[in-house]
Amino acid sequence: MFWGNRKTLKMNYFPDEVLEHVFDFISSHKDRNSVSLVCKSWYKIERYSRQRVFIGNCYSISPERLIARFPGLKSLTLKGMPHFADFNLVPHDWGGFVYPWIKALAKSRIGLEELRLKRMVVSDESLELLSKSFLNFKSLVLVSCEGFTTDGLAAIAANCRFLRELDLQENEVDDHRGHWLSSFPESCTSLVSLNFACLKGEINLGAIERLVARSPNLKSLRLNRAVPFDTLQKLLMQAPQLVDLGTGNFVHDPSSEAYNKLKSAIQRCKSIRSLSGFLEVAPHCMSAIYPICANLTFLNLSYAPGLHGNDLTKLIQHCRKLQRLWILDCIGDKGLGVVASTCKELQELRVFPSDLIGAGNAAVTEEGLVHISAGCPKLNSLLYFCQQMTNAALITVAKNCPNFIRFRLCILDPQKPDPVTNQALDEGFGAIVQSCKGLKRLSLSGLLTDQVFLYIGMYAEQLEMLSIAFAGDSDKGMLYVLNGCKKLRKLEIRDCPFGNEALLEDVGKYETMRSLWMSSCEVTLGGCKTLAEKMPSLSVEIINEIEQMEFSLDDMQKVEKMYLYRTLVGHRKDAPEFVWIL
Amino acid sequence: MSSEEAPGSSESDVTSMSYEDTELTLGLPGEGRSSAVIPALKCSAKRGFIETFDLNLGRCCNTSWGHRHSDKHVNESGAGKPPATKAQAVGWPPVRSYRQKAINESSKLYVKVAVDGAPYLRKVNLEHYSNYQDLMKDLDNLFTCFTIRNSNMEESKLMDVAKGMEYVPTYEDKDGDWMLVGDVPWKMFIECCKRIRLMKSSEAAVLALAPKASTPKCPSPS
Repeated sequence: MFWGNRKTLKMNYFPDEVLEHVFDFISSHKDRNSVSLVCKSWYKIERYSRQRVFIGNCYSISPERLIARFPGLKSLTLKGMPHFADFNLVPHDWGGFVYPWIKALAKSRIGLEELRLKRMVVSDESLELLSKSFLNFKSLVLVSCEGFTTDGLAAIAANCRFLRELDLQENEVDDHRGHWLSSFPESCTSLVSLNFACLKGEINLGAIERLVARSPNLKSLRLNRAVPFDTLQKLLMQAPQLVDLGTGNFVHDPSSEAYNKLKSAIQRCKSIRSLSGFLEVAPHCMSAIYPICANLTFLNLSYAPGLHGNDLTKLIQHCRKLQRLWILDCIGDKGLGVVASTCKELQELRVFPSDLIGAGNAAVTEEGLVHISAGCPKLNSLLYFCQQMTNAALITVAKNCPNFIRFRLCILDPQKPDPVTNQALDEGFGAIVQSCKGLKRLSLSGLLTDQVFLYIGMYAEQLEMLSIAFAGDSDKGMLYVLNGCKKLRKLEIRDCPFGNEALLEDVGKYETMRSLWMSSCEVTLGGCKTLAEKMPSLSVEIINEIEQMEFSLDDMQKVEKMYLYRTLVGHRKDAPEFVWIL
Repeated sequence: MSSEEAPGSSESDVTSMSYEDTELTLGLPGEGRSSAVIPALKCSAKRGFIETFDLNLGRCCNTSWGHRHSDKHVNESGAGKPPATKAQAVGWPPVRSYRQKAINESSKLYVKVAVDGAPYLRKVNLEHYSNYQDLMKDLDNLFTCFTIRNSNMEESKLMDVAKGMEYVPTYEDKDGDWMLVGDVPWKMFIECCKRIRLMKSSEAAVLALAPKASTPKCPSPS
């Protein structure tokens, strides 16, 4: 026995089971990763006890290595395409296929229970294989994925006997209409969460009614557009225990019997804290939900363009406990003023553009944001699409809300300066990064010079993700960021004058990051080649537009889109023709 | 694109072809993540953008900026574009394509309807109608003190039966001009109509919008 000094009592004195029990309390991925680096013994204990793994880039590691290291894996989160794929900047078929992962897991002895995918290509075949391979499979969450149809969902419904969660968020699903819901067997009574709001097609209304009726544990239900108002009422009668509700079609006549029935059904749902949907709605319909507004902590009206100004403010005035609000900019600056005076607990605000043509209708400006910052001191997460922004406003916001973790500002008109002073927004964003010491994610817009990047490099010490568009003057800008932001993990840049000098100054930096995206910048093929040569641990992908069939091998040629990421498994084998891995 | 249009009168084909050039599409439905270029947007209110962009091109002191953008598809932003159209970059504003489609597909076609003399406005969803007749019928229902005077749609006027006043339906289009309802094909109308105003005939006559007795306008029933 080794006694040692009390102060240096080694943890290795304890048997593995004790350490494992201690590690059980460590749930964050970062912390568990750190634990595994302490020593070989901890690495071993940690890997056998690890149940949840997060892989931010599916190409950074292979399924085989995952399986080898974590035999006790129960929950896997995978992300595929880069973020800018959301905005049509990445061609179809770039990659991010989940099938190889499911195939490998199915062959192994892993008892997978939960799979969470973001921006991946999911085929019906993979869903079917998934549904048949894991007896205890409980939870499937798909966010911004594509490649599957309702047939794949039917397989999940039919075969996953203990399914608790089927959560489909904003996926592009080929809807073969309606019978997948009937695939849930009568014996399936375990559902806790069902979200099919993104499905476009008709569903079997009788099937959803029966399903909800036999799911006593159902806490979260988000319906699609095809579910009519009176069905909603019937569902609520069956599920008064709901905590999270997403309505489908919410159009109805307030003088009708259906309206009264819904009102009384909703009043029984005393646990609803989260409300979304309203995919079809007219202003006069919203009074039906006033009874539950007082307890709402999350309200998502961002898919309800039928609601404007007054309708929204009348509703929000009932929602004093809101912590997260997602709305369209038709709320207007005045409406945001009402939010500011009503929602004192607000932590997260997302204001989406309702008018993508830019006809200048009903948008918000810096005024709305200033109101919010003044009225909601707990605000820590912002996504704000607006017509314009001023430095003065940003400086005020920075003073009022020093707790921002996520700050994403999108001025609809690219490179728009401060309309009052006609200057760049460097000082405004500078104030944000200086004041918000915990800032982890930042998206910039408007007219910006290298100066803003100097500020970011200097002050944004916790910054992990930065998105830049149409900004900067020279390579200096990018260098300030790369040199200054020690915790940077993801950097995505489009349409900025950053070139090889910035790209190549510190190539080792990219090994500390998950990925770098640069499109329509000044980087050349030669620069990318040099980088790839120097850093074999990186995968440097050049993505060509389809028109550029004669993509020349001239090193001086500017690269349209470059995506690089660190990887432990070399170049991927599934890249399509238009992707060139250097 | 015109082959996808529903067959209509030759008049609508001609007008829809020229309109297509300036019509905004945010990428074709179902296109997913392809790198489709967004056609130029006709928006006279934003002329300043190109000038600003040109200024910044100069400031960048980077001559290759121009080359990239001029090589591109004609509708991308770049120097030397006619100021009448505001070019829109691919993937901007950064809104998820799923959300873009949802907003586009859903009722963005709610327009305000004002009637001279009425104490409040109403809103109608133009997507709910397939032709002018249906719209007029619904306006009739919304403003119940008025009735449609002429059922064969020779003249689209509403009439305040009680006061004996006639109303002419007009609308504001994307350019901000006030137009008489009924001139353009229905499909074009719902895309460019921003708001509707039922104008008193007397006022309309003053503004020379109301049809004179001799030349009634016939709205296309498409």
